[in-house]
Amino acid sequence: MEPKLSPDLLLTGYRNLVLVRTLDSRMLSLQRQGRIGFYVPSTGEEACQVGSAMALEKRDWVFPAYREPGAAIWRGFPIETLIAQAYGNAADPQRGRQMPNHFGASDIHYVTTSSPVGTQITQAVGAAWAAKIRHEDVVSLTFFGDGATSEGDFHAGMNFAGVFKASTIFFCKNNQWAISVPVAKQTAAKTIAEKARAYGMDGVRVDGNDLLAVYAVTKAAVDKARGGGGPTLIEALTYRMGPHSSSDDPTRYRSKDEVEAWARRDPIDRMRKYLELKGLWSKDREDALRAELDDLIQNTIKEVERQPPPAIETLFSDVTAELSPQIREQMEAYLASGERRRPEMLDKFPL
Amino acid sequence: MPAMTMVQAINNALREEMRRDDRVIVLGEDVGRNGGVFRCTEGLLDEFPDRVFDTPLAEGGIIGTAIGMALYGLRPVPEIQFMDFIYPAFDQIVSEAAKMRYRSGGQFTVPMTIRTPFGGGIRGGHYHSQSSEAYFCHTPGLKVVVPSTPKEAKGLLTASIRDPDPVMFLEPKKLYRSSREEVPEGEVLVPIGEAAVRRPGKDVSLIAYGYMAQVCLEAAAKAAEKGVEAEVIDLRTLVPLDEPKILASVKKTGRAVVVYEAPRTGGFGGEISAILAEKAIEYLRGPIVRVTGFDTPFPYTLEDVYMPNGDRVLAAIDKVMAF
Ligand SMILES: Cc1ncc(C[n+]2csc(CCOP(=O)(O)OP(=O)(O)O)c2C)c(N)n1
Ligand SMILES: [Mg+2]
Repeated sequence: MEPKLSPDLLLTGYRNLVLVRTLDSRMLSLQRQGRIGFYVPSTGEEACQVGSAMALEKRDWVFPAYREPGAAIWRGFPIETLIAQAYGNAADPQRGRQMPNHFGASDIHYVTTSSPVGTQITQAVGAAWAAKIRHEDVVSLTFFGDGATSEGDFHAGMNFAGVFKASTIFFCKNNQWAISVPVAKQTAAKTIAEKARAYGMDGVRVDGNDLLAVYAVTKAAVDKARGGGGPTLIEALTYRMGPHSSSDDPTRYRSKDEVEAWARRDPIDRMRKYLELKGLWSKDREDALRAELDDLIQNTIKEVERQPPPAIETLFSDVTAELSPQIREQMEAYLASGERRRPEMLDKFPL
Repeated sequence: MPAMTMVQAINNALREEMRRDDRVIVLGEDVGRNGGVFRCTEGLLDEFPDRVFDTPLAEGGIIGTAIGMALYGLRPVPEIQFMDFIYPAFDQIVSEAAKMRYRSGGQFTVPMTIRTPFGGGIRGGHYHSQSSEAYFCHTPGLKVVVPSTPKEAKGLLTASIRDPDPVMFLEPKKLYRSSREEVPEGEVLVPIGEAAVRRPGKDVSLIAYGYMAQVCLEAAAKAAEKGVEAEVIDLRTLVPLDEPKILASVKKTGRAVVVYEAPRTGGFGGEISAILAEKAIEYLRGPIVRVTGFDTPFPYTLEDVYMPNGDRVLAAIDKVMAF
């Protein structure tokens, strides 16, 4: 299955894979050094994030989980904002309110991430349903994990999408694990894709470590939805190469052999080989790209790290559109108390 | 006697209750092979391979099936990984577990203990920090227990598991590893429904639970340097509440500061204030003052601004001592 993509697009796709990987390893080491509090890596899952995002248009909406920075970046989320969000400092448009990896931006229709697993799934259906009510040609795509398919929101979202023929792409990143629980203990079904049938929609399985296959399958689902064909469940088979988060130790529950077997199916290696075969890539270009991205991220971190914490007043704003009298009173009492706590970012977070 | 953290004491209580009573079952996300993300269930799967279960990721499923087990005669101790993730199970807890005994005229009961870490202080942002005990205190049919020391965590958890009714066992995660205490092997029981006087004092009563009980102790130590003797009451059980101990303290001191980490509006400390106003107003020399979280979601970077601390309790003490 070789989709027709211009050499330019192929190269940009590859660049994004490497960008996500580079960012991941830098951010995880910042966490290890105590410069940010927490991090969720997505190493090994880059092709799922980028390939699916490539199939969407600007006007479409994404309802992500916490492990898809590649989709946000593809849609134009600035690296500096992503890093600032992890620092939770004044340069973060979310004002340091959320843990690292929980970002979003309205201008790119990438809904701000929350921790509770699976809640985004029904919301994605609502957005697609809204587009249908307004007769607008917009699809929604929601990312979620294999673990999330056990939550009630998965059932409700799939069911609503089937009933209302909502143009939603359910993109399940089956990375084989939900923290320490393997997918075989998550469901007794042989595949996640087959669950689609019970909701009256198509379900497809795709090699999630193959950028082009992910793109092709998502594009087909998007085209079908735009043509009025309704929702699709995509199960992308991939692997969470790293820990669940900076607080997790995967050696407690999975074997080295398993990890090594998946390492041989690395999505970046595979895309690079494809580009080399096409004559679009070389060792020199690879070295140059790696150096460029290292610099880019290094410099961006330096810039972002200089920013102060968010202003104390930002703790109290945005709860509702207007500051309630109670919150105003609480804020004024706090500011008048003279107490000023400088946030320290060094504590380790245990999950 | 081994010195244990609260995590170890909880683990010890679970292990001993599982040894004592083969109806005790542990289930939840990552509680088996991984021993729980905070390690409270570490090693239990090895010792009780047929009674410890890693479940699918569905809180409604965990609590709903635990209720079914309890109805059938087992003593399930489900874990919800963080209290912030309990809401998919809210319906099962408040509509089912809480009301089963009442609606069946006592024919069906739910002896289940839901363990869940709660509270802030670990840089967890919105969804790994909240204190939502008030929702559950507001639900008739549930008991709500909050330990604040390792030894009492063991004693209260043991009592909860043996209790004939559903218990919300809320573990202040900030205290999970913050200190060690000698915890006896073998049976330790702390009865549900009894508050503890952590520090006696004659001038002002500080009323709190969980991590905030510690914050009050710090404040009381500082107040003592200024010659103010604060009495610290650790509620330990929110429902049913030990009113006699609270009232006795406030009648003695004539002043009350109520401290909780949750948002101010509708927080459980408001209930304490109301009880004091109704039953001890003639003893009060000044207003009841609350020290609480703000009426905002729990923040990430500005966590230290959000969390009530010793200085704020001290300021509240100053305020009531002016009367
Ligand atoms: C409702 C809810 N329950 C539990 C958690 C704790 N938790 C965070 S991630 C996770 C596993 C998620 O697994 P999966 O859906 O496969 O996504 P992955 O992390 O593998 O990308 C769990 C149990 C949570 N965030 N939300
Ligand atoms: Mg997973």
